[in-house]
Amino acid sequence: MKQEDKLDEGLEEKIDDLVTKKGVTRRDFMKFCGLMAATLGLEASFVPKIARAIASAPRPPIVWLQFAECTGCTEALLRTADPFIDDLLLEKVSSEYHETIMAAAGDHATACLDSAVSQYAGQFLCFVEGAIPTAGGGIYGMIGNKTMLQIAREVLPQAKAVVCVGTCASFGGLPAAAGGLTGARGVRDATGISTVNMPGCPPNAVNIAALIVNYLLNNQLPGTDRYGRPNFAYGNKVHSLCPRRGTDWCLKGFGCKGPNALHNCPSVKYNGGTSWCVQADAPCKNCTTPGFWDSMTPFFDYSGSY
Amino acid sequence: MPKKDNPKNPHNPPTDPTPPPEPTPEPTPSNGNIVIDPVTRIEGHLRVETAVAGGRVSSAWSTSPLFRGVEPILKNRDPRDAWMFTQRLCGVCTYVHGITSIRSVEDAVGVAIPEQARLIRNLLMGAQWIHDHIVHFYQLHLLDWVDITSALTADPAGAASVDRQISSARNRSAAYFDGVKQRLQTFAGGGQLGPFANGYWGHPAYLLSPEENLVMMANYLEALRIQIDAAHMHGILAGKNPHPHGMIVGGVPLNKDLTSNRISEFAGVSNKARDFVNNYYLPDATWLAARYSDYATIGGTENLMSFGEFPLGAAEPDSLYFPRGAIFNRQTSAVQPVDTGQISEHVTHSWYSGSARHPSRGQTVPDYTGINIADRYSWIKAPRYQGQPMEVGPLARVLINYGKGHGATVQVVNAFLQKAGMSLAGMYSTLGRTAARAIETKVIADVMSTWVGQLSPSPGGSEMPFRSTFTMPDAGSGVALNEAPRGALGHWLNYSGGKISNYQMVVPSTWNFGPRDSANVPGPVEQALIDTPVADESKPLEVLRVVHSFDPCIACAVHVLDPKNNQSFKVQAL
Repeated sequence: MKQEDKLDEGLEEKIDDLVTKKGVTRRDFMKFCGLMAATLGLEASFVPKIARAIASAPRPPIVWLQFAECTGCTEALLRTADPFIDDLLLEKVSSEYHETIMAAAGDHATACLDSAVSQYAGQFLCFVEGAIPTAGGGIYGMIGNKTMLQIAREVLPQAKAVVCVGTCASFGGLPAAAGGLTGARGVRDATGISTVNMPGCPPNAVNIAALIVNYLLNNQLPGTDRYGRPNFAYGNKVHSLCPRRGTDWCLKGFGCKGPNALHNCPSVKYNGGTSWCVQADAPCKNCTTPGFWDSMTPFFDYSGSY
Repeated sequence: MPKKDNPKNPHNPPTDPTPPPEPTPEPTPSNGNIVIDPVTRIEGHLRVETAVAGGRVSSAWSTSPLFRGVEPILKNRDPRDAWMFTQRLCGVCTYVHGITSIRSVEDAVGVAIPEQARLIRNLLMGAQWIHDHIVHFYQLHLLDWVDITSALTADPAGAASVDRQISSARNRSAAYFDGVKQRLQTFAGGGQLGPFANGYWGHPAYLLSPEENLVMMANYLEALRIQIDAAHMHGILAGKNPHPHGMIVGGVPLNKDLTSNRISEFAGVSNKARDFVNNYYLPDATWLAARYSDYATIGGTENLMSFGEFPLGAAEPDSLYFPRGAIFNRQTSAVQPVDTGQISEHVTHSWYSGSARHPSRGQTVPDYTGINIADRYSWIKAPRYQGQPMEVGPLARVLINYGKGHGATVQVVNAFLQKAGMSLAGMYSTLGRTAARAIETKVIADVMSTWVGQLSPSPGGSEMPFRSTFTMPDAGSGVALNEAPRGALGHWLNYSGGKISNYQMVVPSTWNFGPRDSANVPGPVEQALIDTPVADESKPLEVLRVVHSFDPCIACAVHVLDPKNNQSFKVQAL
């Protein structure tokens, strides 16, 4: 590949080391860097820079908090087919606290959180999964004798930046749908803290990886729209990217919400580019928009043949 | 309610008019009990408290501290939309709550699905089990038995030799294990241990040699990759994973994309997963069982129940590949039929007022009073069958299969028992539960290869070929009984005027992790923990082993059952 010519020697060795340990080829690695560049809307000239960032960046500390959630967002990351995404999670960042994967339990786990927050104050990136219950002072969600609301208020102001993973953390999501009893809200709404929002049910792991790569590249989070959604992933309508647009296979007649949905699903797809909703003949539900559990229902047009 | 632009709503006020004071944190128990909160490496949020006397657990309390309240959210929705909501009960067992909801609607409207849809659903469910069980064993449970710090001192050549002893199908070199060791050392050497920080490393209850620990950690990393392939199966047949959306009442929507190439792709990843189960997962689980033989007498329960799964024809439960049944008092050979009319849910020790009722007449008034182990201490209710606590999940399924003479299961169980040096009685234990998960994964991975061979490509045409059409009656009720990876799952649906009037779910972790009942009888996990040894009260590793063997999945275990009586007023007044 042409861009490899531009890499300096020290970096060559680091990449060789990386791909050898992974049991993958150099070509796979550069392909991944290319995917990241494409997802972020960067030119091909950024590919070697991305390779450098991944191969040699220090491991920025990450704290991952889970509130009123289903763990689907975490699973979306863990289940993605790209060989470098587990690397990002396990090796390219330092996951100081993540209840689903961490070895420590109970007070040993809480100690990890406390020490990460104090040791890396102002430096760690905080990911939040799940909404925050606020009714009754927050009693509908407790961890280690503290309400989730209290944990959010203590931890988030110490972070360098807060990234909401999924629609629940971003906008309240399912627990905040009509009929909910717990006063669940998105992080920004519940705490007043500014956040970058990566909605989706679940969000696409490739986009989260791209956000991390972007952070490794230039130490900042990407530009967003008024709902806090990064433009690189939420800047286009699903329908405008959809390969079924204008064909006999368009699902508009079944109630597809793609014409109003902002997400890059059709180009990035899921599970390593395997498929996405419309490809499996499932209409889009516009899961990245605030309040979609109420504003987009019924999800299907039941008046016709659906 | 639907078609609302504002996500906020009168049921869910953005601000409480008179916010109550912040609850004061519970003091650390002064009774000397061991509290693990949060229990990590699980789905959801869980707290476990144990009393210890003479170096063994004498009493235990299981608490779920999160309440999301999905069922009242379902009220007034179209029943055909419900699966989207219930699917979000859990992003781990992401297929099961969706499909169970769909089946409850199909039961209510009386529609039979096409043969090919049944096949695709069985493959999706099988893929779900394979995925969940592999991730549970390696990512969620393994670190209870394997000390990563010991692995760092291993001799790679010795590890290669141990590896071949565990399974002769493996042929990995010393260089391979040296590479794994170096990868692990990047954590330890860099000082940032990340997810491996602060484990109970060096605990005397870790019994494996450094070489065995290195082999197991290598497989921890391999499993991270294989589970991706298992999730890939959902991508092929249902669009994505987690939360596959290729689902519909009456069958499956999949049409154009089901080509012979896609079927081959599915067969490829499912065979890869099957090879991993045969060559890694089952041998590793067997090896651990032999090395930790004490745990064949630790962590058992008395009663088991399974609703059965994998319909091979239209008639249920008769056509289920894994049969429905119940075992009482460890009488494996005397499997009883299941009558769901005899299920009741108790709330004496849960944060609800009211009395024990059948799920279809469930009444729930949330009433949070803080953790008080002598009184109320969980958001989970206590379901009972014929008044008894029942363990559900892989152990229940495997022993019910065994008791009913399920050929494939009997064969794999007997081979396991022989290799691990265990007796059938030893299956009622922590080891039995962890092994049962591996055993049934092999049984399902094997039968899936037959099912894949029965798939045929879509005939084409824009009408969905694998879906039966039906007329939606204005009112109805339906029930669906399934087996999620973690055990028996029931959804009960009532609707009228085309809208849901009542929706109820009794889920696996409610059975396993529920608190004491109205007769003060502990739930299955609370019973299983009794007599578990605890060598070091500040590092209750042994307690984690028993708890994790149940594969806690707590987000779905907690929900309000009956929104009929406007109980939300009570909640808002809190």
